[in-house]
Amino acid sequence: MKTLKNLFVALTLLAVAPMTAQTADEILSNYFENTGGEAAWNALEGTKMLGAINAQGMEIPIEIYSTKDGKQLVKINMQGQEMTMMSFDGETMWTTNFMTMLPEKSDTETTEMMKTNNQDFPSPFLNYKEKGYTVEYLGKETKEGTETFKIKLTQKPVMVDGKEEPTVSFYYFETENYVPIIVETTMNSGPAKGQMSTSGFSDYQESEGLYFPFSIDQGGQPINVKEIVLNPDVDKAFFAFPEEK
Amino acid sequence: MYLMKRILLSLLVTLIFSLPGNAQEEISLKGKELFGDMRARQIGPALMSGRINDLESHPTNPRILYAGTAGGGVWKSNDGGATFAPIFDKHVQSIGVVTLDPTNPDQNIWVGTGETWTRNSVSIGDGLFRSTDGGANFKEVPGFENSERITSVVINPENNQEIYVGVLGALWGDSQDRGVYKTTDGGASWSKILYIGPSTGVSDVIMDPTNPNILYASMWQFRRSGWGFNSGGMNSALYKSTNAGASWDKIHSGFPEGKLGRIAIAVAPSDASILYAVLETEEKSKNGLWKSTNAGGSWEHLNNDFGLVVRPFYFSRIVIDPKNPEVVLKGGLNGSLSRDGGKTFKSLGNMHSDIHDFAFHVNDSDVIFSGTDGGVYRSWNGGTTFEIVENLPLSQFYHISVDDKEPYNVYGGLQDNGSWYGPSSSPGGVNARDWNSVGYGDGFRVLKHPTKNIVYSEMQGAENVWRYDIDRNRTKTVQPLPKKGDPELRFNWNAPMAVSQHQPDRFYMASQFLHVSEDMGDTWNIISPDLTTNDKTKQDQSKSGGLSVDNSGAENHTTIFTIAESPLDQNVLWIGTDDGNVQVTTDAGKSWSNVTANLTGIPANTWVYHIEASVHSKATAYAVFDGHTMGDMKPYAMKTTDYGKTWSSIISKDIQENAFVRNIQEDYVNEDLLFLGTEMGLYVTINGGKGWSQFTNNMPPVAVHFIDMQKRTNDIVMGTHGRGVIIIDDISPLRELSQEVLAKKTHFFKTQPFTMLEESGFAGSFGAETQFVGQNKSTAARIIYYLKKRHTFGKMTLEIQDMKGNKIISLSPGKSKGINIVNWGFNTNNPKMAAAKTLSFGGFTSPRVPQGQYKVVLKKGKQTYEHIIETKYDSNSLTTLTERKEQEALTQTMFAMVEDLAYLVYEINQIQSKAKQVIASGAKKSKQAQKTWDALEALRTDLVVTTGDNYVASAEPELRERMGELYSNIATSYDRVGGSLKNNFDLISEEFTTEKVRFQKIMDKQVSTFYKALEKNDLELPVIKTKEVFLAKD
Repeated sequence: MKTLKNLFVALTLLAVAPMTAQTADEILSNYFENTGGEAAWNALEGTKMLGAINAQGMEIPIEIYSTKDGKQLVKINMQGQEMTMMSFDGETMWTTNFMTMLPEKSDTETTEMMKTNNQDFPSPFLNYKEKGYTVEYLGKETKEGTETFKIKLTQKPVMVDGKEEPTVSFYYFETENYVPIIVETTMNSGPAKGQMSTSGFSDYQESEGLYFPFSIDQGGQPINVKEIVLNPDVDKAFFAFPEEK
Repeated sequence: MYLMKRILLSLLVTLIFSLPGNAQEEISLKGKELFGDMRARQIGPALMSGRINDLESHPTNPRILYAGTAGGGVWKSNDGGATFAPIFDKHVQSIGVVTLDPTNPDQNIWVGTGETWTRNSVSIGDGLFRSTDGGANFKEVPGFENSERITSVVINPENNQEIYVGVLGALWGDSQDRGVYKTTDGGASWSKILYIGPSTGVSDVIMDPTNPNILYASMWQFRRSGWGFNSGGMNSALYKSTNAGASWDKIHSGFPEGKLGRIAIAVAPSDASILYAVLETEEKSKNGLWKSTNAGGSWEHLNNDFGLVVRPFYFSRIVIDPKNPEVVLKGGLNGSLSRDGGKTFKSLGNMHSDIHDFAFHVNDSDVIFSGTDGGVYRSWNGGTTFEIVENLPLSQFYHISVDDKEPYNVYGGLQDNGSWYGPSSSPGGVNARDWNSVGYGDGFRVLKHPTKNIVYSEMQGAENVWRYDIDRNRTKTVQPLPKKGDPELRFNWNAPMAVSQHQPDRFYMASQFLHVSEDMGDTWNIISPDLTTNDKTKQDQSKSGGLSVDNSGAENHTTIFTIAESPLDQNVLWIGTDDGNVQVTTDAGKSWSNVTANLTGIPANTWVYHIEASVHSKATAYAVFDGHTMGDMKPYAMKTTDYGKTWSSIISKDIQENAFVRNIQEDYVNEDLLFLGTEMGLYVTINGGKGWSQFTNNMPPVAVHFIDMQKRTNDIVMGTHGRGVIIIDDISPLRELSQEVLAKKTHFFKTQPFTMLEESGFAGSFGAETQFVGQNKSTAARIIYYLKKRHTFGKMTLEIQDMKGNKIISLSPGKSKGINIVNWGFNTNNPKMAAAKTLSFGGFTSPRVPQGQYKVVLKKGKQTYEHIIETKYDSNSLTTLTERKEQEALTQTMFAMVEDLAYLVYEINQIQSKAKQVIASGAKKSKQAQKTWDALEALRTDLVVTTGDNYVASAEPELRERMGELYSNIATSYDRVGGSLKNNFDLISEEFTTEKVRFQKIMDKQVSTFYKALEKNDLELPVIKTKEVFLAKD
């Protein structure tokens, strides 16, 4: 019994040792290492995520495209109709008007916000210094009942309603595995401005050597990811605003 | 690879843990680990809001405004004061001051805690805090742990490392922590630069707007006890420093000699030579407003109107227009405004009384914000008209209770805001309009008659006790009055009331005696001797207040404070007094035993705040003690199981050391499950008090004054003193938590059958843009389970199946460590709709399941966990069971019909797309293809909408749209399926049959020819999925 106890103590120490004196960079480097390695993440050009939004009885298929150079597109399918909820081709951001089902450009400020921080793929933390972002380790906190490291991410400030506002979010990395499970973002526009919007991540699974969360909860709206295609073949025109209405 | 190493390690650790011999290792989960995603909900009310201590506007951005509240934390507005949101919910909620760093006002926020307008019912603070990220996070600044109340934080606008903090300090005792503190290193180290003595604190510190070396400090000698208040003494004084606090001089030139009380001080932002002060002196004629035009060199007395002299301890704030030194605002009962430099004043426009602070808009002095006992008000016309901010749920409850209605109501009384009741849930959320006023003045206990629609409420000191007949809208005052021979009755300001659980008309009240009425308060009998210490030295309140007499009744002492009737035996009554006595009778008051001496560990005369007579044994009771009015902030809670002969403490070290206790609630089922209402929030124990956990999920550490438990719903309902009513829905899972459960990887908690409510009314959201709306209780089935570990890696799914294992619906599982709650609205999936140009809104309807048993299946990696839940129909249903079954069957028929049509349209689309392909390729058979396409298109345009949009350019509804509407109407109806729906059903079915025949004809004719042509030319036939594959979900 005594040997076992000693062994246990030794193991505990081993397990604890790498967790002491954390810095934000150590946490982030563990995160990338645990999810496929920084090199693999850097090599990633884009993703296509196929999934469904689950809304009590309704399974709405959703496709999310993201590319390294900041293009994004979110498409849903309702009653057999495809609708682009949001698209950004690097210059123009647009949405579909639900009444007319026709595309409409987003206002300049919203588009500029998107442009300002469009280097978030695949993670804002990847080469964050080059992107001009700063990170800060704020200590441990319990989230979803589990212990996490809290990291503050400051991105470039944006203009909101004519005034400059900071872009700040807080990432909570589970101490056990160094992957983010919660992100709180300070909303910098709209009626809830200044309050936090919370996203949750779980069901991390491998896709061609990289680990992605396959379950994403965005402010209470869960997205179930079914498949992630790496480096999908999509050209720029796919994201572009359809000029012909 | 690091991950591999960690996995191996954790495997080894698991192995060792699972070895026998370690099995008895206690699993002790604390706080968030235990409660997981069990969340409290806040229902307000906000319509009368609550006390504001301090307002702070941004120096340059008029969109930003902060409110430091007396008991509800710090709130920030980003929209010019239209709405506010809380930013300080992890910390103590009693706020003294909020200060923005003038050098970086967007990021650096300082919060000094502990309210500073020192009425009897104030909460306590817990130090100094700072945010460097605009309020997203706050950190405590060391050095102010014992400050209790911080009045001022002043930052040098030229050097933000130089900061002054004014500590008013302890209200109910001496303190060396008072004084003016200074840092020159941004808060890393502090030195006390002005200290007068242990009973004299800093009422205010201000800085000259042009010279940061010039400071003014008003020092105040004051003391409160449970039975009196004293403002004033020889130590109260106004000081000035011209060398950044190195030395201080009194600036009293012109002030009367003798004792001074609380001194308000302000310097004009636009002219640093002009100062205003409000004094409390020994000479009545010299009280009120004083002015200096030489920066404190000499003073002139200007005004002693009521508005300037009223209650200095409560109203000592002067705010000067930033642009005009002649425009002066003074806090008070109504608030006063001068436009002639203080010579004359008028009252401000109507708003809630008791005004503590103001803020001017930075660019437009017509816009004034006012902080009152009833929230924040805005004026757009220089103070004549005020409107209330409607989303500050800061109500300060003294007491709450609940009834057994569905949904149950919450009753309670508020500091300075009367008595109220409102629903725990309401269509669209709990709105301001849902609350009903049932009493004036300060409100305290509000109790519902157990069987009649009658409510008892009261105002301060039982001056009025009302019996209100809700149905007939009749009120009668029924307080116990002295009869011949009775001594003067001493009622507490917050006088105790109780209704009997055994005799519905029996109503108890207590002064120093216990009074009982058998006729709802019409006649009263005294059934006890004086149960207090009757200490005469604590009974003269006529001189309370010090320099300004303040005998509001709030300090009445040596009174009974709590009455508890045993729910098991009407003859067992417990009494607790504000001067420390616990007394019990087991014969309905014939004889009393004073068991105070048995309370080992409780300091003498400690206020007995609440006694809870147990439902588990009539000899068992809990008593909590609050010593804060003697300067003792420690938590005390005791349990007896032998009528008070012996007591044991149930407080553990987990409870914050200054979290004094005001209430305790036992669970009705599990004796070891207890809820403790403290000055620093709610604590919960699942082991009878051996260990406590603070509950912090959507629950700030606000002062919890009273807790009740709704027996039917197992909800914990809290009356907080600063954040309104906060509810934790259904705490029954906590009853099941045992070592055995905690050791399991996954555990489903037992649930009662879920009623599928059939209510379907209307809920307007008018005003919700800027009004607070309290969250409703979910009416869905609550699937509750415990996870030993947070689920992060690998797949986890949760679905509902019928008892045969057929999937009904997928749900999104909670993945927290601890308790997870997943709501299921009793619905199945919605039908697949036929594709068309626009949406068919009827198609978004998901049918409800029939009543019965269902399997909850949780899959986590390779492991599967199952649990059975039960649903039942609403007992208030409008239908008979037969009618319900008919509705369900017809819903299924329509569901199938809608999907049949979807498949039909899919077939058409597939064939049409093939035809299009052939036409486009210019192949030989394109003519045939065109004919086929045309025939199908003619049919399709009758089946679905092919033009228009989702709004006013929408096309005429086709079969899909009409069918979808009918399906939705039948599926969502809680009434029997009426004749009109049935007739419409006949029509639609017939039409659909006709269209199907049409389709078959086209298939037999054009399509058949087309197919033959395709085959002949070696072209592929269109690919058409089977119906089963097409309709498969997920």
